Amino acid sequence: MAAADPVTIHELAAAFAKGAASPVAVTEAYLARIEARDARLGAYLTVTGDEARAAARTSEARHRAGRPLSPLDGAPIALKDVFCTRGVRTTCGSRILERYVPPYDATMVARLRAAGAVILGKTNMDEFAMGSSTEHSAFQLTRNPWDLARVPGGSSGGSAAAVAGGLAAGSFGTDTGGSVRQPAAFCGVVGFKPTYGRVSRYGLIAFASSLDHVAPFALDIHDTALLLGVVAGHDPLDATSVDAPVPDYVAALAEGVRGLRIGVPDEYFGEGLDAEIERAVRAAIDVLRGLGASVERVSLPTTSYGVATYYIVAPAEASSNLARYDGVKYGLRVPGKDLIDMVSRTRAAGFGAEVKRRVMLGTYALSTGYYDAYYGQAQKVRTLVRRDFERVFERVDVLAAPTTPGVAFRHGDKADPLAMYMNDVYTIPASMTGLPAISVPCGFNTGGLPIGLQLIGRTLDEATLLRAAHAYEQATPWHTRRPEFA
Amino acid sequence: MSEPKYETVIGLEVHAQLSTRSKMFCGCPTTFGAPPNSQTCPVCLGSPGVLPVLNRRAVELAARTALAFGLHVNPACRFARKHYFYPDMPKNFQTSQYEEPLAEDGWLEIDAGGGPRRIGIQRLHLEEDVGKLIHEGELATAQASLVDYNRAGVPLMETVSRPDLRSPEEAAAYLRAFRAVLVALGVCDGNMEEGSLRCDANVSLRPYGATELGTKVEIKNLNSFRNVQHALEYEIRRQAEALEAGRPIVQETRLFDADHGVTRSMRSKEYAHDYRYFPEPDLVPLQLAPAWVGHVRAALPELPQARRQRFVTRYGLPPYDAEILTQSAALADYYEAAVRAHDNPKAISNWIMTDLLREVGGDDAEAVATSPVTPARLAGLVKLIDDGTISGRIAKDVFARMLATGDDPAVIVQREGLTQVADTGAVEVFVDQAIAASPKAVADFKAGKTVAAKALVGQVMKASGGKANPAMVDRLVQEKLSRM
Repeated sequence: MAAADPVTIHELAAAFAKGAASPVAVTEAYLARIEARDARLGAYLTVTGDEARAAARTSEARHRAGRPLSPLDGAPIALKDVFCTRGVRTTCGSRILERYVPPYDATMVARLRAAGAVILGKTNMDEFAMGSSTEHSAFQLTRNPWDLARVPGGSSGGSAAAVAGGLAAGSFGTDTGGSVRQPAAFCGVVGFKPTYGRVSRYGLIAFASSLDHVAPFALDIHDTALLLGVVAGHDPLDATSVDAPVPDYVAALAEGVRGLRIGVPDEYFGEGLDAEIERAVRAAIDVLRGLGASVERVSLPTTSYGVATYYIVAPAEASSNLARYDGVKYGLRVPGKDLIDMVSRTRAAGFGAEVKRRVMLGTYALSTGYYDAYYGQAQKVRTLVRRDFERVFERVDVLAAPTTPGVAFRHGDKADPLAMYMNDVYTIPASMTGLPAISVPCGFNTGGLPIGLQLIGRTLDEATLLRAAHAYEQATPWHTRRPEFA
Repeated sequence: MSEPKYETVIGLEVHAQLSTRSKMFCGCPTTFGAPPNSQTCPVCLGSPGVLPVLNRRAVELAARTALAFGLHVNPACRFARKHYFYPDMPKNFQTSQYEEPLAEDGWLEIDAGGGPRRIGIQRLHLEEDVGKLIHEGELATAQASLVDYNRAGVPLMETVSRPDLRSPEEAAAYLRAFRAVLVALGVCDGNMEEGSLRCDANVSLRPYGATELGTKVEIKNLNSFRNVQHALEYEIRRQAEALEAGRPIVQETRLFDADHGVTRSMRSKEYAHDYRYFPEPDLVPLQLAPAWVGHVRAALPELPQARRQRFVTRYGLPPYDAEILTQSAALADYYEAAVRAHDNPKAISNWIMTDLLREVGGDDAEAVATSPVTPARLAGLVKLIDDGTISGRIAKDVFARMLATGDDPAVIVQREGLTQVADTGAVEVFVDQAIAASPKAVADFKAGKTVAAKALVGQVMKASGGKANPAMVDRLVQEKLSRM
């Protein structure tokens, strides 16, 4: 593609409408690029070329008839391999589901299909979404398009790398403790975790039920608004999904930030934060102030308890959610001398080390005699963290902070699990409270690696976050930069 | 039987399958006996990515039951996950309720012969059923096992009694009364053979006068009233013998082997689980508004006990009749429909108890409702007797024909010429013939043996083919004999 070719979903939609581009040709171009470049990037686990071509053809017919289903009609997108796709294997990055083919579509997949999106394939991830580097995938490494020696972040590293690397126009991941915002920051794209319950989890293979969020990756905020708009909204199949109207996210973008009150939490700028990131984030906040927002310091004293609390709640729920993988009904089965032996061997062979570590942590935390001290206590802390945010949101509309304490690290650099866990220190609070939070590109360090600005908003107030992020994006050049790789 | 020095303490946990069309957390049907795994979907198979959606009807049926037993329906309750690995459970956890059940603290009145007693009900909660394992041969030696998940996810209501029961008879009476209420409420079909109602018992012994409970043993697999009683009788004997011999009772789960009439240990160690309960994160807490609970309460039907009482006061029936007639709502409805058609409550009760129930099971709502002898026809039959058209003896034959043909009794009587001979002249001829043919009976009567008249009446009835009006025959025989 030439430099002037459309790359964002909204540019593609405009080109399709004018007849300047065709969904079939665009899909072919993406498939060709995946074919040529993904061997180096490792973003995709499964490329669904035939299905994508078929979807592109029907999309093209709709565009020719002047009746596209939505602005996403014909848009080539990628899905983290955690979303169930009917008839297309869904591995969750695990040996235990290596050959698992779901009999149904996740609700968000069904909504994307109904909007005319072209699904290019399924992307790599940390096994069962447990990790921050995509290195815990049972199948392959994914590389950061800005530096192939570095991780794309995780657990949705494949989806982030695919968008950053030009191998999908947009994508979806899941964010449980930062698994979309962190890779978005590492790969220089937008990642938006909406409010818990805003998007149905039906068909998302569960890691931690009370923390799992469906979240889009995009090249800019306009695309982010389009992607979220299609999948958001109540789903009767998910009892935790919120029955609230979904605003027109794109329409809200133009409103600007004049009068918006932005809080800067002290605790997000403490020890462990990379100096270049701090400079970039503070500069971004200055840009917002320059656009008419007011800025004030705030305090979220419970921030330091986030990681510890998260590593009780998430593994506890995971230990329960992953109990079903026993070799009886689907997935891997390793024969044994009796039932217990078969289940043990299956799980021993099917799960990787990080998954086993978390299943053991979670099993321990839920055990009789430990429940109150761990899971019960963690839920109480979670309530305190929520109150912290509620108190702050009485004074400000949006919080601004770094997405990550550091930039993308080299493969193998965080072999110590605790070092890996600490990478999520700034993203975990919004996960535990279910508040909407977005990561927006806000610059590069001296090594040319992207930096993310995180904005956190009130419950169900995705529109305000998108508006602030859009104003910032339009005032800065970061979202137009593409890695050499692409 | 147990040594009289020990008091028996029993509590029952009853699992009732709720009469919903679909499963607890998905839309699959709950029909019994469908081909294996034909009533399953990704949700009840525990496929990756699925989520539960609570069946509102199950909640309503559970609330209805709770209110019928006087339990307090909690304004908010929660579901919890109960974990253990077993292949009949697709997710390897069961979605149940633990610390916050749907309802708590009620009672059920029973009468096991010693007068009415209130048995406390501690709690009522909802949970999902598991699937069924089919082993190749015996469990211990099976080389393969198959799983049928049709039952997985079927809504169950678990009700836990307080340890208020004092004998196997009381336990059986509790289960009977409990079942009658569930059937009357329409919340459970009560079919124990198909597993719609299952029972576990906790039983312990303690010396009379002791206030502390003894070590309890849980007995599983009690799937009939008989089994409940027999298993408890055996277990009480076993525990009493152990206590007498100075052996401690081990707290354990035992399985009742109905074929051999014994309970067997399920090897407590192997089954000692840490269920790792925690609140089900995929379901929000269940809020039951007081107004909704009030609505459910207002819609409660009359319960068997109240109806039994009303049958005694309103229709003047003996308590025994009332108990039999209220064993199911269908039978009680049948009775009341018949009485409405012809006002002879006791005679209709007699016909139901001695004749109808010989043909149909009183608790078989379907059979009662579809009997060819409808309430109106039974009432018609009793009316034919009461107005003297047919005798009680003929009526028995008419009833048999009603059963066989489904015809109206008046039609049968007409068609088959069964109307009583009430013509004095015609009956007199039969009486004269009988007297002439029985000089011995006449002599006996004259000698003071008045029963001899009965033999003559019998002969007249026989000669008339049962059609003579018995009262008239009796009167004519008496008259003629006294004049001789």
